[in-house]
Amino acid sequence: MRFMMIVKATTDSEAGAMPSQELIDAMQKYNEELVKAGVLLAADGLQPSSNAIRISYPEAGGKPKVVDGPFTEAKELIAGYTLIEVKSREEAMEWALRMPDPHGFGQGEIELRQVFDVEDLMEDPETLAKEAALRKQVEQQRKA
Amino acid sequence: MSRTVAYRTIDAIWRMESPKLIAGLTRMVRDVGLAEDLAQDALVIALERWPESSIPNNPGAWLMTTAKRRAIDLLRRNKVGGRKYEELARHTSLYTEADIDGAIDGEIGDDLLRLIFLTCHPVLSPEAHVALTLRLLCGLTTDEIARSYLVAEATIAQRIVRAKRTLNAKGVPFEMPEGEALKERLSAVLEVIYLMFNEGYSATSGAHWIRPILCQEALRLGRVLAEITQDEPEVHGLVALMEIQSSRLKTRVGADGEPILLKDQNRSLWDRLLIRRGLAALERCRRFGRPPGPYALQAAIAACHAEAASVAETNWVRIAALYEALSRISYSPIVELNRAVAVSMAFGPAFGLQIVDALHNEPSLYGYHLLPSVRGDLLMKLERYEEALVEFERAAGMTRNERERALLIDRVTECEQKVKPSRE
Repeated sequence: MRFMMIVKATTDSEAGAMPSQELIDAMQKYNEELVKAGVLLAADGLQPSSNAIRISYPEAGGKPKVVDGPFTEAKELIAGYTLIEVKSREEAMEWALRMPDPHGFGQGEIELRQVFDVEDLMEDPETLAKEAALRKQVEQQRKA
Repeated sequence: MSRTVAYRTIDAIWRMESPKLIAGLTRMVRDVGLAEDLAQDALVIALERWPESSIPNNPGAWLMTTAKRRAIDLLRRNKVGGRKYEELARHTSLYTEADIDGAIDGEIGDDLLRLIFLTCHPVLSPEAHVALTLRLLCGLTTDEIARSYLVAEATIAQRIVRAKRTLNAKGVPFEMPEGEALKERLSAVLEVIYLMFNEGYSATSGAHWIRPILCQEALRLGRVLAEITQDEPEVHGLVALMEIQSSRLKTRVGADGEPILLKDQNRSLWDRLLIRRGLAALERCRRFGRPPGPYALQAAIAACHAEAASVAETNWVRIAALYEALSRISYSPIVELNRAVAVSMAFGPAFGLQIVDALHNEPSLYGYHLLPSVRGDLLMKLERYEEALVEFERAAGMTRNERERALLIDRVTECEQKVKPSRE
């Protein structure tokens, strides 16, 4: 199963300030660990929102509204992501916990999100068994 | 943290750390069975303590230190000869915290590699290779291995016990092969990984075509191997092959579980990320500047398909040439059969049929359903429907895969419909 570790933006990352050498080294080491465990799929850092645009649809069926960055609410922006493939949710959490504090200064925040994958649900024997049981139950309820 | 959550977290940590633990401990005690027991002992202690206290900051190092203490106790108690104890004493600084911190550089990487060479050692049978590798290097439980191979748990358990006993009885050393031996042993390792992948990719029998856990584990192990071996282009070739083949996992089976052939797959659903990773691995392999080995060639073929927007836009001439190169370095009738398909796509079905007909008396293809299946397909393209019908019927009688049989019977019907009007 795939998980995305999303690093949230901070006032520093939005200002385009480079992280300290210490943090860069720690991040590099962490990424190497991911690679050497065979779990890293992709990772990228994003530029500050100052050269971003935001497209919204304020009216249903209406024309898109385009707003230029920067956007103010740093905590709701993202500064980068790391996509991993792991065996379980717990493993993903372990990796997320091992990621260095991405910004320091008390603003660091990592969000862990699972990527939708229908196949995981379809092929997992436990899920299949649960689904079969559920179907049976539904059928019995219908008959009753 | 609730107990259940703690147990599940410990389980995840165990799966992440156990290969490194077992590899390091095997170097210490020179007995892979004992090393696994010691690692398990450390796990039991963790299961007792961690839910009470909390999970240590560096759980891998904690497990290693605990297991190492157990090892020293055990060796002292059993007064295992001076030799083992001396060896142990020399390694008391085994893995510092910084080493074990998830990274597998240097020593730990070498130990992991030694462990792979051990689980894929030629004294063991192919079944034992796979079971032992999944167990010790992928951290799968016996039950999980049994489920993915559709055999009883007891069978796998016994296979693993026997394999460990054989390694001990034959005195197989925990070492890094060198020179020519390294090449040979490494190709054996790659074979085990690819076998594991293929077992997952296309199950030979039963209703389910894909057993994803085996594909995932093989791919993950391949990726790890690509990082801990150096100067070995074929490792990258194998990883490239598995990445690209995995990109099609979701499109190989229809909603009702029926197989979907490459030509009929919805290419927009292929996993572009895995394709990109596969192409990058292939590029890494090419940069060695050595003549491509069998995995690199197969990966290059898979890459041709991955890069083509449709069957018609596929570079079949290049694929036919790659198959020819593959046939030259590792001839097999199966490769020839694939070459026949590529040649027919590149130069027309009549040329493909010539290659297939040359395989007619090939004893190793006797009973192999793809031979009549491919022949039937080429005959159909040449509008020789009556002959094609016979071939599809033969193929349907040979396959062990129910879904595949259904597909072949459809083609028989298709031929029948073509034959009928010409008779009327």
